Amino acid sequence: MTGLLVLEQSLNGLQFGLMLFLLAAGLTLVFGIMDMINLAHGSLYMIGAYLVASIALASGSFWLGLGLGVLAAAVLGALLELTVLRRLYARDHLSQVLGTFAILLISNELVRMVWGAQPLELNPPAALAGPVELLPGLSYPAYRLFIIGVGLAVALLLYVLVTRTRYGMQVRAGASNREMALAMGVDVRKLFTAVFALGAALCAVAGGLLGPLLAVQVGMGESILILAFVVIVIGGIGSIRGALLGALLVGVVDTAGRTLLPLLFDWLLGPEAAANAGPAVSSILIYLLMAAVLFFRPQGLFPAHG
Amino acid sequence: MKTFASKTLPLTLAAAAALSLLAGAAQAADKVKVGLLSTLSGPGAGLGIDIRDGFNLALKQAGGKLGGLPAEVIVADDQGKPDAAKQTADRLLKRDQVDFMTGVVFSNVMLAVGKPIFDAKTFYISANAGPSQYAGAECNPYFFSASYQNDNQHEAVGKTVMDKGFKKVALLAPNYPAGKDALAGFKRFYKGEVVSEAYTPLSQLDYGAELSKMRASGADAVYIFLPGGLGVNFIKQFVGAGLSKDMTLFGPGFSADEDVIRAVGEPMLGMFNTSQWAHDLDNAANKRFVADFQKEFGRLPTLYASQGYDAARLMDAAVRDVKGNLADKAGLRKAIAAAKFDSVRGAFKFNSNGFPVQDYYLRVITKDAQGRITNRTLNTVFKNHVDAYVGQCKMPAL
Amino acid sequence: MADRPDHSLPQAAQAIQPRPGLLDHHLPVLPALLLLAVLLLLPTLAEATGHGFYVGVASRILIFALAASSLNLILGFGGMVSFGHAAFVGVGAYAVGILMQEGVVSAWLSWPVAVLASGLFALLIGAISLRTKGVYFIMITLAFAQMLYYLMISLKAYGGDDGLSLAGRSSIGLGLDLSQDGSFYYLVLALAVAVFALLHRLLNSDLGHALQAIRENEPRMVALGFPVYRIKLIVFTLAGALAGLAGALLANQGGFVSPSMMQWSESGMLMIMVILGGVGRLYGGFVGAVVFLVLEEVLSSFTIHWQLGLGMALLVVVLLAPNGLLSLWRKRGGA
Repeated sequence: MTGLLVLEQSLNGLQFGLMLFLLAAGLTLVFGIMDMINLAHGSLYMIGAYLVASIALASGSFWLGLGLGVLAAAVLGALLELTVLRRLYARDHLSQVLGTFAILLISNELVRMVWGAQPLELNPPAALAGPVELLPGLSYPAYRLFIIGVGLAVALLLYVLVTRTRYGMQVRAGASNREMALAMGVDVRKLFTAVFALGAALCAVAGGLLGPLLAVQVGMGESILILAFVVIVIGGIGSIRGALLGALLVGVVDTAGRTLLPLLFDWLLGPEAAANAGPAVSSILIYLLMAAVLFFRPQGLFPAHG
Repeated sequence: MKTFASKTLPLTLAAAAALSLLAGAAQAADKVKVGLLSTLSGPGAGLGIDIRDGFNLALKQAGGKLGGLPAEVIVADDQGKPDAAKQTADRLLKRDQVDFMTGVVFSNVMLAVGKPIFDAKTFYISANAGPSQYAGAECNPYFFSASYQNDNQHEAVGKTVMDKGFKKVALLAPNYPAGKDALAGFKRFYKGEVVSEAYTPLSQLDYGAELSKMRASGADAVYIFLPGGLGVNFIKQFVGAGLSKDMTLFGPGFSADEDVIRAVGEPMLGMFNTSQWAHDLDNAANKRFVADFQKEFGRLPTLYASQGYDAARLMDAAVRDVKGNLADKAGLRKAIAAAKFDSVRGAFKFNSNGFPVQDYYLRVITKDAQGRITNRTLNTVFKNHVDAYVGQCKMPAL
Repeated sequence: MADRPDHSLPQAAQAIQPRPGLLDHHLPVLPALLLLAVLLLLPTLAEATGHGFYVGVASRILIFALAASSLNLILGFGGMVSFGHAAFVGVGAYAVGILMQEGVVSAWLSWPVAVLASGLFALLIGAISLRTKGVYFIMITLAFAQMLYYLMISLKAYGGDDGLSLAGRSSIGLGLDLSQDGSFYYLVLALAVAVFALLHRLLNSDLGHALQAIRENEPRMVALGFPVYRIKLIVFTLAGALAGLAGALLANQGGFVSPSMMQWSESGMLMIMVILGGVGRLYGGFVGAVVFLVLEEVLSSFTIHWQLGLGMALLVVVLLAPNGLLSLWRKRGGA
C-alpha cells in the first residue's frame, strides 16, 4: 500500500514539476538573455489558460482550445514585448519591477472585465477523463499521464530547439554572454521578441493543461509565479537544463512535502497538526532550499556557463 | 453671565433635551441601508453571487422596499479573504453607516468581521456562515443566522452514513473554522471507524495527494465538505482517479447543490447529501421563490440563494414590526427574534442563541421528470434539530 | 556633519571630508512646516466636512509612508534591494497581536517588543543575506520573507491562515484613547515625524554618507577600508526595526493581523511605493505611499475596475518619470 502511495506521489510530483518547467523555461530565458525581471510572467500563464478555456468552451473541443489558445498567447506575448516591454530592457531592475507589476495589475483587471470574476470551467477531453490501470491496484488519472507526456515532449522539443538549431544557438549565446553575442552580430530585436513569444506559448501550454485540474481564475498566476522564480534560482538563471532539473526537484519536494510530511505529523501528532503544519512546513523547505542555493552556490545548481 | 446661567442656559438645555427626545422617540428612518458583504470572486464566487441574487429577488418582489421603507443595498466583495473583508466591513460600517449587514459565505471571514459589526451595534443576519463560536461561547445579541449552524448538515450526513451501515469512512474538509465544525459535526453522529481525516488549505485545488491517501486507507465511504469550486474540483478528480467505483461519496448540501451539479454533471448521479432546504419542498413561499428565481436568473436556485432570500424576508418583517424605527435596537432585536415571516423552508423559528431550530432532509442526485440532473428530497433526517452549542451560550445584554 | 572625528571609522577614512551637496539631503524648512501644518489640520477638516471615516484612511497612509521610508533607507540610499521587507512589518504586527491575545495591552510594552523583534529578525536575515549580491540578494530576502509567511500560516494558535483579530487598540495612557481615530492619527503623525527626522539626521551623518557611498561604489569603499558589511548590516537592521514599528501601528489601525501582510506581493507593493516616489530621495517613501494609496482609494470609489487605472498610472510613471515622481520636481540631489 505505501509503495503504491509513494509511486503515485512521485508521478504527481513529476507532473507538477514538468508544468513548473514550462513556466520556468520562459522566465529563465527572459531573465537570462534580456536581463529582465518579469513579474507579469504569471499573467501570461493566466491569460494563456483563459484563452485555451474560452476557445475550448466555444468550440466544444479541448484540442482546438489548446492549439489555438497557445498560438493566440504567443501572438499576445509578442505584441506585449513589441509595445511595452521593449522599453524596459535598458532600465534598471527596479524600473522593470514597477513596469511589469503595472502590467500584472492591468492584465488581472482586463481578464476580470472580459471574462468576469467567476472561475471558468475547463474540462479535460472525455477520452482522458477516466483512470488508467498502471499496475494492479494502482489506477492513475489518464489526464495526469497525458500532462506528463506533453511535458516531456515539450522538454525534448526545447532541447532540440536550443541545441540543434541556429536560433537555439543564438539563445544560448545570449544567455551565457549577452554583450558578446551582440558584438557577434546577433539580431537582438528579433531574437528578444521570439524568445518572449516562446515564453508566452509555454505559459499557455502549462495554463491550458493545468486548467482542468485547478481553476481558471483571476490571480492564478501569482502563486505559481513565485515558485517559478524559486525554480530558476535553484536551477541557474538563463539555463534551460537548470530550469528542467530545478523544476523537477521543486515539484518532487513540494509534492513529497505535502504528502509525506502530513503523514508523519498525522502519525506523530494527529490530523489537526498535520493540517496546520504540514503544507506550511513543506513550503518552508522549498524556500530553505532556495536560500541555501543562493548562499552556497548563487549561480545555481546547473548554471548556463556564464 | 448670571443671566445666561440662570435663564438662557436652562432654556436652551431644555429645548435641546426636548428635541433630542423627539429625535430619538419613534423617529422612523427614511430608508434602510444594508451592507451585503460576500465572496464575489475566486472559487467561492458562485456562492456569494447566489446569496446576492436571492437577496435581490426578495427585494424586487417587495418593490425595492424592506418593511415598507426604500432599501439601499451596498454590495461589496470580500474576495474570500479575512483581511480584505475586515477593511471593507469597516468602510460599510463607518463611512456608509449601514443598518444591517449580511452576505458572508466563509466562516473565517465571518469571525474576522464579526467583532467590528457587533461593536458598531449593527445587526448581522447571516445568509450562510454559522460558526460554532457564535452559537456557543461567543454568542452575541447582534448575530442571527437565517441559514443554519455549521455543524448541522454534517451531523445529518453522519447519522445517514451510520444508518446506512458503512464501517470505514475517509473524511476531508478545508482547514478553516467551518471545516473543523463540519468534521466535528459528522463525528458527533457517526460512530464507526474513521480511517483517514484530512484538512486541506482553502487555497488548495489539486487533491491528488489526498485521493492517493484515501485509496490507500481502504475506506468504503468518503465524506467531503468542500464548498463551491473546491467541491467541483474534488469530485472531478475523484471520478478521474477511478475511486467512485469502490467508494460511495457523501457530502453536505453545500458540496452537492445546483452549482456543483452544473459543473460536474453525470458523475454526480447517486450522491447523497443533506440540507435544510430543497427546491422541491412543498410550501407556497418556496414554490413562488423557485419559480421567480428561475424566471429572473435562468437557473435553479441553490441553498445559498434560498438563504439570501430568507435573510431579506426576515429583515423585511423585522423593519415592518418596529415601524421603521431602526434606532430602537431592543425592539428591533425582539422583532428579528420573533421571525414572523414565511420562510421557504416552511416553519421557521430561532433558538435563544440566534440560530434556527429546523428540519434537515436527505437528498439524492437523480434525473428529474424533465431529464435534468438535480436533487430529489427523500426523507427527513432530523426534526426540529437544535445545534450542539446552545448550552454554552450566555447571551450578553445589548 | 564631520565636526567630530568618528572613532568607529578607520584612520584613512577620517581624512575624507564629505562634500556638501552630493550625499547630503537638505531639508527645506518652510515646505516641511507647511506640510506638517496640513497634516495637523487634516482630522479637523475631515470632521467638518462630514468625512470622519477618512481620518482612519489617513492614518493608514501615514503608516505605509513610514514603512516605505524604512525601505527607502536600504533600497534607495543603501542600494540593497530587499524583496522581503514586508516580513518585518508583519513581525511587528504579529508581536502586538500575539501579546494582546496573551493579555498584554499596553503600548509601552508591546510596541517596543515589536520594534525589537523585527530588528532582531532583520539582523539575522541581514547577516546571511548581505553575504550575497545583486539579484541573488533580492531572491534570498524574498526566500526568508516567504519562510516567515509560511511559519505564521502554520501557527494555528495565533490564527494561522485566517489571521488574528485584536480585541482593541493598544492602551498608551497619557490621557489618549487610541480607539478614537483622531487621537490615533495624531500619535501616528508624531511617530512618523520623529522617524522622518531620525532618517534625515542619519542620512546627513557619517554613517549615512558612508552608506550612500557604498551604494555608489562598493569596491572602492572596501578598498578604502570601510567596514562595508557592518555598515550595511546596521542600516538593514535599523530599517527592519522601523518597519516593525509600522507593523505595530498597522495592527492597531486595522485591528487585524494575518500572514498575508508578509507575502511577497506586499513587499512588492512597498517597493513600488518607493520606486514611484523616488528612490534615494528623502520624501521618496512618503510621496510614493501617499500617491499609491490615494490613487487606490479614489479610483476604487469611482469604478470597480480601479486596478486597471492604477496599473496604467504606474506604467505611465515608469515610462515617463524613470526616477520616480520626485525626479520630475527637482532634477539633482535635494529632497
